[in-house]
Amino acid sequence: MFILDHLWIILALPLAGSMLTLLAGRQWPRTYVNISSVGFVVLAFLSYCELLREFFLLNPASPIIKDYFTWMTAGNFRVDFALQVDPLTIVMLGVVTFVGMLIHIYSVGYMAHEEGYYRFFAEMNLFMFFMLTLVMAANLVLLFVGWEGVGLCSYLLISFFFQKKSAADAGKKAFITTRIGDFGFTLGILLAFWTFHSIDYKTMFASAANMPVEGMHHWGVLTSICLLLLAGAVGKSAQLPLYVWLPDAMEGPTPVSALIHAATMVTAGVYMVARMNVLFSRAPAAMLAVAIIGGATALYAATIGLVQNDIKKVLAYSTISQLGYMFLACGLGAYAAGIFHLMTHAFFKALLFLAAGSVIHAMGGEQNMQKMGGLRKKIPWTFGTMLVATLAISGAPLFAGFFSKDEILFDAYAGPNANIFLYALGIFAALLTACYMFRLIFLTFYGKPRYDEHHVHVHESPKIMLAPLVILAVLSVIGGWFVLPTYWGGKDYFQGFLNPVFASSTALAARMHPAWSEPPHSLELIMTAIAVLIAFIGFLIAWYLYIRKPALPKKIAGAFGPVYRLLFNKYYVDELYGAVIIGPIVWLSRNVLWKIIDVRLIDGTVNGAAFLSRETGSGLRHMQGGNTRSYAAWVVVGAVAVTLFFVWMVR
Amino acid sequence: MVPISYYLILSAVLFGLGVVAFVFKRNIITIFMAIELMLNAVNLAFVAFSREFNQLDGLIFVFFVIVVAAAEAAVGLAIVMVIARNRKSLNVEDVDLLKF
Repeated sequence: MFILDHLWIILALPLAGSMLTLLAGRQWPRTYVNISSVGFVVLAFLSYCELLREFFLLNPASPIIKDYFTWMTAGNFRVDFALQVDPLTIVMLGVVTFVGMLIHIYSVGYMAHEEGYYRFFAEMNLFMFFMLTLVMAANLVLLFVGWEGVGLCSYLLISFFFQKKSAADAGKKAFITTRIGDFGFTLGILLAFWTFHSIDYKTMFASAANMPVEGMHHWGVLTSICLLLLAGAVGKSAQLPLYVWLPDAMEGPTPVSALIHAATMVTAGVYMVARMNVLFSRAPAAMLAVAIIGGATALYAATIGLVQNDIKKVLAYSTISQLGYMFLACGLGAYAAGIFHLMTHAFFKALLFLAAGSVIHAMGGEQNMQKMGGLRKKIPWTFGTMLVATLAISGAPLFAGFFSKDEILFDAYAGPNANIFLYALGIFAALLTACYMFRLIFLTFYGKPRYDEHHVHVHESPKIMLAPLVILAVLSVIGGWFVLPTYWGGKDYFQGFLNPVFASSTALAARMHPAWSEPPHSLELIMTAIAVLIAFIGFLIAWYLYIRKPALPKKIAGAFGPVYRLLFNKYYVDELYGAVIIGPIVWLSRNVLWKIIDVRLIDGTVNGAAFLSRETGSGLRHMQGGNTRSYAAWVVVGAVAVTLFFVWMVR
Repeated sequence: MVPISYYLILSAVLFGLGVVAFVFKRNIITIFMAIELMLNAVNLAFVAFSREFNQLDGLIFVFFVIVVAAAEAAVGLAIVMVIARNRKSLNVEDVDLLKF
């Protein structure tokens, strides 16, 4: 069992690639950089394939944990560099390595004309290393190492074009916003250690399994831990209210948006919640928080995405919205469904971003959809793959998104933790998703060209960029076929595979809701039909507004001016944060911390010490003024003093 | 017999005069003379005490003081000669090259 015994190889490969590229990449020709970075990621994927094969051969009942060395100990606190393999890890590793590999290959073509080619790939490889650490960690602290590491690489890659102020600002915004969530995450880790006296998953989950389920209105320590960890997830996975960094993160190169802000880093929050399912399922208040945040975010982001004109911003809000779905699923206890949606979403969202990159590349850098149009015939492959991805995300039957999104909506309606309000959020968001995605397709690829055809020479992307698109398109179709709905007589292979990870939570949920029973197949069929109908309505709305009556959207925007402006300006949240949070902090920093404490207190103290020293010296120098008579006087004074001292002593 | 207090008062007065001259006089030679005066005042005190308690210790110390005074006078006057030659003045206020 080569890879299972040497799990660290999967981590070491991208790290080695990153270091090699970083140190030697500047002088190397492009081919060498490709080999050292893309090559290592391909090797990582091949290692994963081998791991998959070994895992299926071995079919272990409990997670395989490999402890390599003790990183730090302090009294009871002990953190090992321990890697873990269980079905959830296998799924996440597959997504990360496979999609990561495809995106690296795509980037070879996309970044071909950019400066700092080697730096890009070094940072991408480093990101892969940290993401793999996050996914394979067997304890919370190692997960946090990966968590922070991917945040760092996200910052580096968003600010890749660092000479551009907006890019540099976006990188800082991403890092600082996720930092706020990470503060909560750290507190959660500390609280977890305080409660369980360990931060290993195995120990924590074993202890937690014996703890009672906490009430909805009596918050115990488990609820607190889960809420704090959720804070971290909210930041990292761009949910309300810490989502503001993701749209700005589109300043980074498109492969970065595809890998980090669609397929992998932002899913780390979902992964963490799924991993901690033992804790969450015993804290219903936290679960409800997860579900509400997820559902609200799903709808909220969909409303904003509806009116954006930048193709990447639409996809960014779409990502936030789909992440909301995943959180909704986890909050309802349907962890397998959430992870399933994570996987299918990785495929079609990465495809959407890469295809958008292809469009931008074809248009010579233009990102505004209002300046596109009629590209269907000119870049057919890009169009075809993007259409497949759009069908997948909208939930068209048989495409990947259909199965995953359906399962989540069904659980919202008829699962153990069903809530009609959450279902309403989800279904309305589904309508808007179909609507804005097809709006994107119609604005970009249909209609008359709204750009200057003489200046912009639209050309299809090179094969190295198209191949990953095609592969992802195929996956966007067949990726959902792991879960064939039971009313068709199919089996949920995905849930079965993930069963060992979530079984206890699922059983607990059933125990907590004894009145709940498995819904009939007919209900599932009806719900599916409703979902497809809603998605179709969304498609029809987009078709009507952008194909049949293309002048109508402007009129509607004019008629509902305030609403349109509110949505277009993203509910003015950035301005709100600026005024309420950032403004006061900047004022405080400038006027109190700088002008008073730094200048007057600290500089004053340092300068004051020097001043004191100088003045004392100045006073004392008169004793040695070069004036002989004063020396004589001081001698006499000294003699008198000594004499008096001795007289006093004798007394 | 003359009471010892007479000697001691005389010694103190001489010492005081020596101190005042040392501080207030401007001529280097005068300052040296004042130093000698102070040393001799101390000698007088030592001899008086030695006579009073019938011990030789004071007298021995007087020898030391005389020798030291002589040596110091020799060296000091040599220095004063060089200074006087260089600064063309015997005023102690003119020895001020080390002044700030």
